Amino acid sequence: MKHISEIVKERILVLDGAMGTMLQAYNFTEEDFRGSQFKDWKLSVKGNNDMLSITQPEAIKEVHRKYFAAGADIVETNTFSSTTIAMADYEMEDYVYQLNYESAKIAKEVADEFTKENPDKPRFVAGSIGPTNKTGSMSPDVNDPGYRAITFDELRIAYKQQAEALLDGGADLLLVETVFDTLNAKAALFAIEEVKEERNIEVPVMLSGTITDASGRTLSGQTAEAFLISVSHVPLLTVGLNCALGADALVPHLEAISKNTNYGVSAHPNAGLPNAFGEYDETPEEMATQIKEYLDKSLVNIVGGCCGTTPDHIKAIADVAGQYKPRRIVSGF
Amino acid sequence: MSEANNQQPKPINQTRYMKLSGLEPLVLSPEMNFINVGERTNVAGSRKFLRLIKEEKFEEALAIARDQVEGGAQIIDINMDDGMIDGKEAMVRFLHLIMAEPDISRVPIMIDSSKWDIIEAGLQVVQGKCVVNSISLKEGEDAFRKHVRLLKRYGAAVIVMAFDEVGQADDYDSRCRIAKRSYDIMVDELGFPSEDIIFDLNIFPVATGMEEHRKNAIDFIEATHWVRTNLLNASVSGGVSNVSFSFRGNNIVREAMHSVFLYHAIQKGMNMGIVNPAMLEVYDDIPKDLLEHVEDVILDRRDDATERLLDFAESVKGTGKVQVQNLEWREGTLQERITHALVKGLDTYIVEDVEEARKQAAKPLEVIEVNLMIGMGVVGDLFGDGKMFLPQVVKSARVMKKAVAYLMPYIEAEKDENNKAQGKVLLATVKGDVHDIGKNIVGVVLACNNYEIIDLGVMVAPEVILEEAKKHQVDVIGLSGLITPSLDEMVHVAKEMKRLDFEMPLLIGGATTSRAHTAVKIAEQYDHGVVHVLDASRSVPVVSTLINDDTREAFLKDTYTEYDSLREGYLNRARKKVYLPLEEARTNKFQIEWKPEEIYTPKKTGVHVVEELDFNELLPYLDWTPFFQSWELHGKFPALLEDEIVGEQASELYADASAMLQRIVDEKWFSAKAVYGLFPANTIENSDDIEVYTDASRTEVLETILTLRQQSKKGKGKPNIALADFIAPKETKLEDYIGGFCVTTGFGVEEIADKYKEDLDDYNSIMVKALGDRFAEAFAEYLHDKIRKEFWGYASEENLSNEELIREAYQGIRPAPGYPACPDHTEKRTLWRLLNVEENIGVKLTDSLAMWPTAAVSGLYFAHPKARYFGLGKITKEQVHDFATRRGFSNEEAERWLAPNLNE
Repeated sequence: MKHISEIVKERILVLDGAMGTMLQAYNFTEEDFRGSQFKDWKLSVKGNNDMLSITQPEAIKEVHRKYFAAGADIVETNTFSSTTIAMADYEMEDYVYQLNYESAKIAKEVADEFTKENPDKPRFVAGSIGPTNKTGSMSPDVNDPGYRAITFDELRIAYKQQAEALLDGGADLLLVETVFDTLNAKAALFAIEEVKEERNIEVPVMLSGTITDASGRTLSGQTAEAFLISVSHVPLLTVGLNCALGADALVPHLEAISKNTNYGVSAHPNAGLPNAFGEYDETPEEMATQIKEYLDKSLVNIVGGCCGTTPDHIKAIADVAGQYKPRRIVSGF
Repeated sequence: MSEANNQQPKPINQTRYMKLSGLEPLVLSPEMNFINVGERTNVAGSRKFLRLIKEEKFEEALAIARDQVEGGAQIIDINMDDGMIDGKEAMVRFLHLIMAEPDISRVPIMIDSSKWDIIEAGLQVVQGKCVVNSISLKEGEDAFRKHVRLLKRYGAAVIVMAFDEVGQADDYDSRCRIAKRSYDIMVDELGFPSEDIIFDLNIFPVATGMEEHRKNAIDFIEATHWVRTNLLNASVSGGVSNVSFSFRGNNIVREAMHSVFLYHAIQKGMNMGIVNPAMLEVYDDIPKDLLEHVEDVILDRRDDATERLLDFAESVKGTGKVQVQNLEWREGTLQERITHALVKGLDTYIVEDVEEARKQAAKPLEVIEVNLMIGMGVVGDLFGDGKMFLPQVVKSARVMKKAVAYLMPYIEAEKDENNKAQGKVLLATVKGDVHDIGKNIVGVVLACNNYEIIDLGVMVAPEVILEEAKKHQVDVIGLSGLITPSLDEMVHVAKEMKRLDFEMPLLIGGATTSRAHTAVKIAEQYDHGVVHVLDASRSVPVVSTLINDDTREAFLKDTYTEYDSLREGYLNRARKKVYLPLEEARTNKFQIEWKPEEIYTPKKTGVHVVEELDFNELLPYLDWTPFFQSWELHGKFPALLEDEIVGEQASELYADASAMLQRIVDEKWFSAKAVYGLFPANTIENSDDIEVYTDASRTEVLETILTLRQQSKKGKGKPNIALADFIAPKETKLEDYIGGFCVTTGFGVEEIADKYKEDLDDYNSIMVKALGDRFAEAFAEYLHDKIRKEFWGYASEENLSNEELIREAYQGIRPAPGYPACPDHTEKRTLWRLLNVEENIGVKLTDSLAMWPTAAVSGLYFAHPKARYFGLGKITKEQVHDFATRRGFSNEEAERWLAPNLNE
């Protein structure tokens, strides 16, 4: 099988869409979330989507299947919050290994089904590594700007655990995403480099930041280019942006990244901005039209969707992406 | 010509450029030429910084970092290596604080330490790509390799010292050799990015008198060239001031040495360095003879170069720059002189020049319409382009007024009726409000731009505003106000304008007003345009657009479109926000574990008056930052004085203010009076009310202080606070206390301000009011200090700097009615009764409960260590009506007073 770093130079790869949006349709109850393993768990767990990989694996597989069927080349594991830091809300720190391992395993099973069916279009699993719910370079207390709720080492250790379990479960690559604080991302990259060195392996890494509002900055205040510079010290398959803004608003920031990096570039925006009710209502056609601008400008190598996107969105994106050549990658991974 | 200039330098070939980042990128492209590293945040480089860190005054230390960035440093070097400091702790703490200051953290950080654990701790807290300063082969290859590997993983550029196991490189060969050895290990063996390597090739002093130091500078320069042409993509840096070390005390020679050294080193490829910009002469400005002597030394061109420079140095020692009043401008044409006087705010010759102009003109009015207006046009343009600042414009206006006053008798004599201004603007501070600094500034700025101003002053009733507007047939009405009840007054005026079929636009301004409030509450009341004006500088374009028939409609349409979306956004947010029922909010009150040792019995209770305080006592308490804000110069004092853009203006204003300050103190312009009282008090169970008792028996209630409680739904563990939470509830049986105060420095201010105004000197008229306000705030700070340390005496050990006071680092609070923790202005009536304020010190309350004189501050004192400032935020009608019952108001009355806080 051809390596993904080769394929990404040949055609534009499509990443999947939102997991959470799809899971809402199942209307899982507290009991469904608990399943048998967590039947007597001390806290309410409804809303802890990541644990569904253990308690409702068929549902998760079904979502992965729908995205592959829509034309995605890569699906993300259901592990956005599967670090000891984010799982502390549910006191499930001890299950972090299992969460990541099982999530990667079931995604890989589905990917293999599709690859077997059509070996010309190999499918991949990206281990999703979210930002956690703590920020390394900002104080959560406005009255005490010097305070930090978490240290670099705490972040590094948590990310390392997650990366190891994702790789053990069969993830083909790692996706550090929705980076709102670059220091968190640097801790994740540091951890991944440690794993690579200890296991003596190479792992393709995608890194994706988040521009939080119209100011064009990350939550921690960096411009897209400053963000890019801060994370370019390790080899990356792609660097890019996701979430927060709709596809059209991302254009200038993607341009800033695309122009200044030799790595591949990725984008997985939301289905527009949330409306007054917090819902995303951009249609697949609207989104695909905007993605077309990325392609016309030759800005990206991997493209997909974030909050509010569905298999229909991904299908529309895959259809248009298929008509274009990828952005030229000079060097990189 | 020097030797170095005769050689054609070998070109520096580069394939990749160093990229660094703070919040913003810094790419060392060849066009950047030279990167200047700020060095004042280095305990080894700045005595002041060292002292501040030792005394843990991190806030002041931050100001040094900010100065550096504002002064043009593209990277800031931070070093905490000192025997008396816990370097790791200080580095992390300081970097944490810097990360919270976007105006500092926009530039990349240089983490500077000789200790690896400090460097690593620094790398772990900075999100951007830093430079590490420094590593070297000093401790051998193994340690070096370990550090390089980690730097690669953290993602940092690094300064590599030309230093090995044997020692520091001090000649050409050893500099090149050590640099090459380091480079080969880093790039070839460990794959470190070559563009992220910066060599510090050791700058040593020259002209020390020792033979072996003769080539120190030239060897560095030549080695720089070797590194830049042989070690691909690597940079070269160094600390420049070392080179002139032997000329300490002779800054003229030192500055020349630095610039000569840099001139040659930069040509040879030095592209980064630590240079104090204040210690640098412009190369082309160095006198020829000095230049020759300095270049002889730096480039080692003569055997006797050092002796010759030493001799020469004696002759230039002590020559300082002497400021001579430059009167060249007096040579210009008449118009040039008038324009110059207006732009520079110089009134010395204006009458003379205007008289000359009058004699030349066909009629005296022409002098205004032509000569003066040309000059003011230049002022207006410069102000509009941000090249002049408000204090300058006000000074220009002073010159203008003086000129016009001189011409008026001549104009009257001609009885010319055609003096037509561009338009008439009516200005007024609304009923119940007495604040007029901002309004006066707007008046001056508009008058400068040839608008006729009808200024009705302060506390103007709506019917007077409307009547005068009709009488004078004004083109625009501008309303101003500072306190929150004024917002309602403005709404009222707008409604009246509609009812009476007015057609001119209405402008809204003043500290308490906002675009959002104007959009949501005022704009809808009146159909012919309501526009919020942020500050004086915006008033001119807004008024000119509104007066022009061609532009008015389009401008109003745009403004209203914007207001519509603001209003929608506001209503959406208001709907989304969740409020707790009052009962629930009360249950979620701020919890204090009441302990007897945290209740303090005042040294003296009852009401006391302070009279005729010496103003010298207040000087240490002055907070200048708001003073500059009132002149639209934004930034923190004292850093503001060195601001790249407004620094010069701010310094000038500061000098003028300091001079007036001296007169205020020496000539006793104002009188300072205060009244305060400390009373037994307890909170009534499960309520937001504080009972104040007549005496220690706590049997008779003197007054009840009503407080309001935050009602918006908070995150887990966050309380809904009311001020009452900070006083021990009755059921604790603890004997708690509360205080109240009112201070004023306002008696005398108005009289002096008016006198200036009569002299056509708005600049000083505004200045005296602004200083009056500052003194009142300082007095409040002073009194609070006395309360804490003596009168109540709960913090007798306290020892805080003025800056810490401004940051409110002390124990206990002094919330003021009308401010975020206590937006209820009507509490002032209770306070006035408790302290007998009017009788004791003469401060009165207006209908809207503004204080008169305006330079006054009043509030309550809370002593508990947990007491803190907070903002009430929005509250629901339920609480407002509950408040109405407690206060004995009708619901409507309560809603009116608390309108700004009502959630709908």
